[in-house]
Formats: sequence, structure tokens, C-alpha cells
Amino acid sequence: MGSPPLFYRWSSKIIPWLGILAIIFLSVGLFWGLLIAPTDYKQGDVYRILYVHVPSAILGQSIFMFMAACGLINVVWRAKISGMMLKSAAPIGMSFTLIALVTGSVWGKPTWGTWWVWDARLTSTLILLFIYAALIGLYSSIDDKTKADRGVSILSIVGLAIIPVIKKSVDWWQTLHQPSTFTLTSSPSMSPEMYQPLLLCVIGFYLIFAFTLTLNLRNEVIDRERSKNWVKQIFVN
Amino acid sequence: MNPLRKQRLYALIAVLIGSLLATWLVVSALSENMNLFYSPSEILEVDIDENVLIRAGGMVKQGSIEKSKDSLNVRFTVTDYQNELIINYEGILPDLFDENAGVVVRGNLKTDGTFKAIEVLAKHDENYMPPEVANIIEANE
Repeated sequence: MGSPPLFYRWSSKIIPWLGILAIIFLSVGLFWGLLIAPTDYKQGDVYRILYVHVPSAILGQSIFMFMAACGLINVVWRAKISGMMLKSAAPIGMSFTLIALVTGSVWGKPTWGTWWVWDARLTSTLILLFIYAALIGLYSSIDDKTKADRGVSILSIVGLAIIPVIKKSVDWWQTLHQPSTFTLTSSPSMSPEMYQPLLLCVIGFYLIFAFTLTLNLRNEVIDRERSKNWVKQIFVN
Repeated sequence: MNPLRKQRLYALIAVLIGSLLATWLVVSALSENMNLFYSPSEILEVDIDENVLIRAGGMVKQGSIEKSKDSLNVRFTVTDYQNELIINYEGILPDLFDENAGVVVRGNLKTDGTFKAIEVLAKHDENYMPPEVANIIEANE
């Protein structure tokens, strides 16, 4: 899939499937989570916002890691498509991070009693949002696309250091945000009937990312290769 | 891998290590200052001026909540299971405020050792379960 024309042809086949799968996973996951899953013993129904909040926060961070991987490939192997991929993923990752911050805030007001607090988890997530913004800003400020790719690739590697800070913030410092419910070392401190729909939502959010990334990347490919023959052929026929 | 690519890879790894190192330095320099609140034990250890706004946090001690009948005044004890701090507050409490639940209060430490809070936030824990499961756990304890 390294070559743009090959990617263009191949992606048109998988787009509908990604879309359909995303709709299936999300509608089942959200319906299950919002309507069928039991209420929480302490929070009541307010906790259900986690079916959007948790997947958004996961995606906000994993998209950044994906972008750093694209950045590495772009700098070391100079693969053109990896630069386009990084650029196409950035606004999606930024949107998910913003959704995580907003839904967290909406949840914080009734449960904590405040919309916002400068604790380590919230502040480090806000920094991630700013890094996304800086990356998008840097890209659009450089006219030469190859140089712009190189610039954001290096920034994505530099910015990667914020991810472990976000992840460990609730363990390193005393925060208002609760510690992780899901850890590698112990069983989840959430009932199975609550985390099963959450798992579907997380998969659904990853599928939405794959779907929108493919759409964005196709636009980017067409835009950058517009003077090439293969693009002209598609639009002439 | 050809030498040029290898060189670029090493340069990039150096960038990542540099960035991680810088972040680690910032994180360790901030360490104590990044804590959102102090525990009652930490507050007892140091002298804090009456006019300084601080945050204290811990668990609300069981049976310590005294609500006034004719006003919004409330008095409760916050504990870290080693030391305790008496909190006075006037205002509306968040929904999750309860005995044996986490709480973060912002306000001033008075000279008599009590804490006058101007804001009370409930701290949620990482446990999620249906009420039936919570009842079973409670019955087993």
C-alpha cells in the first residue's frame, strides 16, 4: 500500500466495510451501555458517560502513538504515504481528545462538584490537546509538503513523551481523577456487565478512526498527486 | 538497513530520549507541587499561614458528618487513617459526598487546627458496580 495509486484503489474497497462495522459496534455498544447495563451503586446513571468518555480518551492517546510511528517511518524511510497518514490522523486525534475533555467536564460537575480542576490527569490531557494543535499549526505554516511532513514527524516524536505522563499521572500524584479501573496486573474493578459494552464501544471508536482516517488520507493523496497521470485518469473517465 | 537510514533512526531515537528526559526532569521537579491536595498528616507536619489557600483531601470519617438544621453549615472529619482534620463548610455538597468516600476541600487552616473550607469536591474511586453487587459486598464485610 506504499504507492498512492495502489492505496487509492485498495481503500475504496475497504471504506464501506469499515463504515458498516463501525456502525454495528457503536450502535450495539452504546445501546447496551446506555440502556441495558445496570446503574452504578454510587453514581446512578451519570456514570454512563464513560461509554463515550473512556473510548475518546483511549483514542486521543493511541492516535498520537500511531502518529509518532508514522513520523518515525517518514523520517527514517522517507515513505511519502506515512507523512500523509500523520497529517490525516492529527485532526481526528485532536477531536477525540477534545471530546474526552468535554465529556469528562460534564461528568465532573455532578460527581465531583466542579467542571474543571488543575489536577495532573486533566492538565496533562490538556497539554496533549495543545500538542495536537501545535502539530496541525506547524503543518499548515509550511508550504513545502515534504518539509511540513518532516517537521510534524519530529514534533510527534518529541510530543510522545506526554503519553506516559498522562497514563501514570493518577499514580504519581494525588489527583481528583480516579486511578485506572483497568490495569494489566489485577482484575478490573468494574462489573463485567458494565465493561463488556465498554469494550464494544472502544472497538467501535477505533473503527471510526480507521474509517475517517482512510477518507482523510484519500483526499490528501488526491490533493498531493493531482498533477500525476493516474489521478487525471480517475477524474477524466 | 542502509547507513543513512540507520543514522536517521539513531538521530530520532536520540530526540525521543531527549524529550523523555526533559519531561522526566520537569515531572520530578514538579513532583510535590503537582499534588492536588495534602493529606491531614502532611498538613500537621508543616506550619501553614491562616491566610494561605490550600487543598486538603482524604476520606470522610464514618459518623462524623454533622449538618446544621437551620443553615447550610456542615462539619465533618477528614482522615487518612493516621491523622484527622476537622472541616467546617457552608454551602451545597456534591452528590457523591458521603461517609467513607473520598473528598477534596479547598480553604484555610485556622490557628485552632480546624479547616474552613470554601469548596468541597467529591473524589470518586475506580470501582463501578451495580447496587445489588454493592449490597452483597457490604453484607459480606
